[in-house]
Amino acid sequence: MATSIKKLPDTEQVLSGNGSCGGCPATMALRIVGKALGPNAIMLLTPSCAVASMGMTPRLGYNWPCMNICFATAGSSASGIAAALEIMKEKGRLQGELPTVFTWVGDGGTYDIGFQALSAAAERNDNFIHFCYNNEAYSNTGVQRSGATPRGSYTTTTPAGKRQPKKNMALLMLEHNIPYVATATVAYPGDLYDKVVKAKNIPGMKYIEILAPCYLGWQFDMSETVQMSRMAVRCGAWLLWEAENGKITFNNPTSLIISGKKDPDPVDEYLMKQGRFSRFLKGPDAAQRIAEIQNDINYEIVFMRERAKIAV
Amino acid sequence: MQTAQVVMVTGTHAAALAVKSARVDVVPGYPITPQTGIMEALAGMIESGELDARFIPVEGEHSAMAAAVAASAAGARVFTATSANGLLYMHEVLHMASGGRLPVVMCNVNRGIFAPWTLWADHQDSFSQRDTGWIQYHCSSNQEVFNTILQAFRVAEQINIPVMVNFDGFSISHCLMPLTLPPQEDIDRFLPPYQPEWRLDPAHPSSFSNVTNAPEYAVFRRMLADDILDAIPLAKQAAREYKDITGMWDGDTIDTYRLDDAEVVVFAINSMAGELRLSIDILREQGIKAGLLRPRLVVPFPAEDIINALPRNAQVMVLDRNYNFGHPGGILASELKSVLFGRRNDVTVKNRVMGIGGVDLTRRFMAAEIRAMMDE
Repeated sequence: MATSIKKLPDTEQVLSGNGSCGGCPATMALRIVGKALGPNAIMLLTPSCAVASMGMTPRLGYNWPCMNICFATAGSSASGIAAALEIMKEKGRLQGELPTVFTWVGDGGTYDIGFQALSAAAERNDNFIHFCYNNEAYSNTGVQRSGATPRGSYTTTTPAGKRQPKKNMALLMLEHNIPYVATATVAYPGDLYDKVVKAKNIPGMKYIEILAPCYLGWQFDMSETVQMSRMAVRCGAWLLWEAENGKITFNNPTSLIISGKKDPDPVDEYLMKQGRFSRFLKGPDAAQRIAEIQNDINYEIVFMRERAKIAV
Repeated sequence: MQTAQVVMVTGTHAAALAVKSARVDVVPGYPITPQTGIMEALAGMIESGELDARFIPVEGEHSAMAAAVAASAAGARVFTATSANGLLYMHEVLHMASGGRLPVVMCNVNRGIFAPWTLWADHQDSFSQRDTGWIQYHCSSNQEVFNTILQAFRVAEQINIPVMVNFDGFSISHCLMPLTLPPQEDIDRFLPPYQPEWRLDPAHPSSFSNVTNAPEYAVFRRMLADDILDAIPLAKQAAREYKDITGMWDGDTIDTYRLDDAEVVVFAINSMAGELRLSIDILREQGIKAGLLRPRLVVPFPAEDIINALPRNAQVMVLDRNYNFGHPGGILASELKSVLFGRRNDVTVKNRVMGIGGVDLTRRFMAAEIRAMMDE
């Protein structure tokens, strides 16, 4: 059982008065992450909504030392900090428990421009947590397509709906043989909290990806962020899983879908609640298009179920 | 009391020995010809425990500079090295290092840039990074590479601005020359441990390189533009104190040879300036009063030192190993003319581009070129 939201620590690393949108899922997720990491951490941010909302110099809405870095460099920057802290501790220039180094990066900085450096950091197994808050588009620049944008979704650079499915980034990171990979989303805060606590205590590289339904990019009412997150999991469009040392475990309620104990909700309702799919799903071939999206979801469910059976 | 040692090493190995003497903490590295020897030597020293540091074998130069700036922000002394396209690939992060006021030191082993490919030296790579806000030295011997890296760390950490130490591929990087290694205790006296004024520290949460409003942004940029000029007096001070401690001297912001009574002044940088001393001797034998003025510091451009050093009514022959595309000639000539304008109307300046992509620059060839320029 995941930790109850009522039992999460009182510590707040996300301070009041930051500049995020109402109903912002990334900020909700960061608040939970802060409760798990506590204050002894160093945060690295690539250009993204989290930068736009952290406050302008010299103000800061996050209670950590926060370094803004070049877009493509989450993996390499975190490696640089981790190496510096370790050697400075060895040489006696730092005392006490070393801070947790973590990156807070969107899907653009993870799936696209940041992929190369991230892959290399994973291959080196450098000691930090990479967080991808995935809102399935470049929301900060006004919603453009990314490698995480699902098939059918409208963005300003896919005006007729994206033609390709998203890639399975968390699985790609797992295939680097890093010690910990997990997926999470804001509707399941206890699950996210537990995963961050676990990652914090594992040396080496950890990857945690958080689905972050963005009301602006996805076009739903900002009061429904959590509900949208829950619907994504229940229809199987987002799978909750974690892998310690390569062994995949599915978390509730995804585990019920994977094991066949519960059917995923049909994707229709999830799609229809979001304006970003409305153009793609207009017209006489709507049913066929919904079926295509459903196929993408079914494929991932089957693929991950079978992939999880491989344990060496 | 330790004594100095003399060893025979290549330019890349001389650089690695300087980095070791500087007791760096973190070395991110990626191979590229002709720099690779520096990274190989440092990786070996770190693996054997000869150098107490972390080596980060990154997947490209963009990441090498990103890891370098991040490690520097965490409070470490950091070094990396690159050449040509590797330097260009770093471009964005070079700006972050200077804008972020992080005193990273990097060797750039000069090489012509793609396309088409060449492996050999010219200075288009470092000159194309002239406006990144990095201090740039150019060296003309293995010993100067060693000495300059130590001076570079000192200057960088005094004003929190990164420094690029340039030297030519192959003619320096791959040539064996004798190298005097000062005792480590002398180097430690010259270059004390790095004590950052600020670092990423959870005890003091603060933002770093975050978004700024226009008035604050302009202040940050103005401070960098003003402070980089302080590298001129600091480079002089570093050279003097290095000489006091080690007895070695390569010049300060500039280096000169037979300049005092010169009527023809050759103005050039890097390895060709080493060879040019021999060309000057040839010209002197032919009855031409030739001399050499070699800037060691290219960014910031040591304007006053050059103005003060040029003999009256000199004919200045600028030999550029780069192109200033869109202008006739090279960038060094443009830089020189811009500082002489209105200040030294007695001086004439002529310019030739040569040695591009490693075209051989012998003493006789350059002496003949200078003679031909005198007749133009």
